[in-house]
Amino acid sequence: MDLLQNLELGLSTALHAENLLYAFVGVVLGTLVGALPGIGPTATIAMLLPITFNFQPVTALIMLAGIYYGAQYGGSTTAVLLNLPGESSSAVTAIDGHQMARRGRAGPALATAAIGSFFAGTVGTLILVLFAPPLAHIALEFGPPEYFSLVVLGLIASIALARGSTVKALAMIILGLLLGTVGQDIYTGTPRFTFGARELYSGINFVPVAVGMFGVAEILRNLEDEKTRTVMVRAVKNLLLSREDLRRIVGPVLRGTGIGSALGVLPGGGHILASFTSYSIEKRLSKHPEEFGQGAIEGVAGPESANNAAAQTSFIPLLTLGLPAHPVMALMVGAFIIHGIIPGPNVIVNEPALFWGLVVSMWIGNLLLLLLNLPLVGIWVKMLTIPYRLLFPAIIAFAAIGTLSLSLNPFDVYAIAFFGILGYLLVKLGAEPAPLLLGFVLGPLLEQHLRRAMIISHGDPTIFLVRPISLGLLIAAAIALVVAVLPAIRRKREVVFQEED
Amino acid sequence: MKIRPALRDVLAGSTFVVFGLGFAVAATSYQVGTPARMGPGYFPLVLGGLLVLFGVLIVVKGFVAGEGEPIGTVPWKATALILGAVLFFGVTVRGLGLVPSLFVTVFLSALASERTGVVVGLLIAVGLTVLCVVVFVVALQLRLPLLGPWVGG
Repeated sequence: MDLLQNLELGLSTALHAENLLYAFVGVVLGTLVGALPGIGPTATIAMLLPITFNFQPVTALIMLAGIYYGAQYGGSTTAVLLNLPGESSSAVTAIDGHQMARRGRAGPALATAAIGSFFAGTVGTLILVLFAPPLAHIALEFGPPEYFSLVVLGLIASIALARGSTVKALAMIILGLLLGTVGQDIYTGTPRFTFGARELYSGINFVPVAVGMFGVAEILRNLEDEKTRTVMVRAVKNLLLSREDLRRIVGPVLRGTGIGSALGVLPGGGHILASFTSYSIEKRLSKHPEEFGQGAIEGVAGPESANNAAAQTSFIPLLTLGLPAHPVMALMVGAFIIHGIIPGPNVIVNEPALFWGLVVSMWIGNLLLLLLNLPLVGIWVKMLTIPYRLLFPAIIAFAAIGTLSLSLNPFDVYAIAFFGILGYLLVKLGAEPAPLLLGFVLGPLLEQHLRRAMIISHGDPTIFLVRPISLGLLIAAAIALVVAVLPAIRRKREVVFQEED
Repeated sequence: MKIRPALRDVLAGSTFVVFGLGFAVAATSYQVGTPARMGPGYFPLVLGGLLVLFGVLIVVKGFVAGEGEPIGTVPWKATALILGAVLFFGVTVRGLGLVPSLFVTVFLSALASERTGVVVGLLIAVGLTVLCVVVFVVALQLRLPLLGPWVGG
């Protein structure tokens, strides 16, 4: 059978010594930055992206992917012990996880998170294996109009991720698209918005954009109000779950995995939405809803499974359509491009070792994470005692050196400062950076397919409406926009995001 | 009902209008073309126009029904120190070399925390410079001179 052969190829690639080593490095780094509040996987991947330039493409992607899903594990440790989301998707885990820790049940809470995450990660990877190849097959039929509509859908859906005003999120997307047009025009070679700077001819590099908007801007926000953290170090013991605990988490883990797998595939959905959705469903289904918020183990099991399942399945749109579902995936697009591979339906066909190696390594990575997070949880707890005033100068140093090593050009370092201050300003004014980064990465793709489609149709814009797949995607985009604006859902979203702060 | 406009919305909207206008005006200097044959100026011109439109909408919303949240404090000193630190690195890394340039950069950014004084800042700078040299130069083989021509490297 084809699938078995492919998995065998993937297994031999993933078990290659170097790939195994970097999968390990990736998940360790991911757990670390997931656990440490103030730095997340987006900024980390942006900083480390330039360094992976010398790696084999598959090795680079294995490591960067490991950082992303590793962060989903690490985030739960901080949520349980510090009542702070180490990673934004573990914000709901903090609600009941921290209550469990206060009652001396930090051990079972962490074990539940790790086991739920592992199960969900396994299922998510399996779904990726089963659904990615047929989807890529369909995507091979896509022409410029379909791709244009698909990118529009991805951009509109990303609004669901942004907190606050929909109009501001739309404006941020457009600003991102505009920043993406800087550089030489692909058809005529005309340099656009370069102000004569030769560095801008090839466009603004996305590494300083991401590092500035997600790294530096975040540091400035944290320095507004420096808080001390208290860590409940002594509370972590007895990681074993009782029979009663096991019985209680089976349902939430299964449901969380299902919700997470489904929402992860949606462009703009992703792991954050998944964990919030799972929490509210568990609360509604529970026979004892009053226990939620007081340390209900279901409130840890469901969301933690959901965010990890979503972390795996959000690779599906990236690997089959070349469409990043959220900023981390946008950076993965960059990782592909650095190595001369255009992400999209052709990857599975042209680079089977890369595709299957990456997929199998995700499962191995999840296994490593289970081992790292259960017996070794003590180490991560120690890491949490690193004070922030030590951490942020390190982030600045790594960001500066990492970005410089892109092309040894100081121009990229100045760009960090520019996008850092711009990102901070915009966040202060209520505009989130995620839609901007997505627009920035997808901008060139959107323009290219728009221009091609219009050439095909001789300037008739109805081409997007008469092709059925394109029309379907645009209708989905319209629905996503209406949903984002509807007051009832807006209110709910605000409640959800307030809990995140 | 609040009568005062929401400052956040007015400022955010104005920022978008400024960016939109800038891109749209600059785009007109490139060939715009027709819908069937779009020139390099077409896409940015349309987007710039849209951004101005959304910017105006946000400003209007700020006057009609703004988000009441205040802007909050801005850590001016920390912002200046951190941006200064990053820019310093860009300006001097080739002239001074990695070690001196990074040392100053880390020192400046460490001072951005209210709890870090000069002595602790220097300690952090020494520690992180050593760590970065080990990680980037020794382990990852980044080709950057440790000492640059300005300091006789």
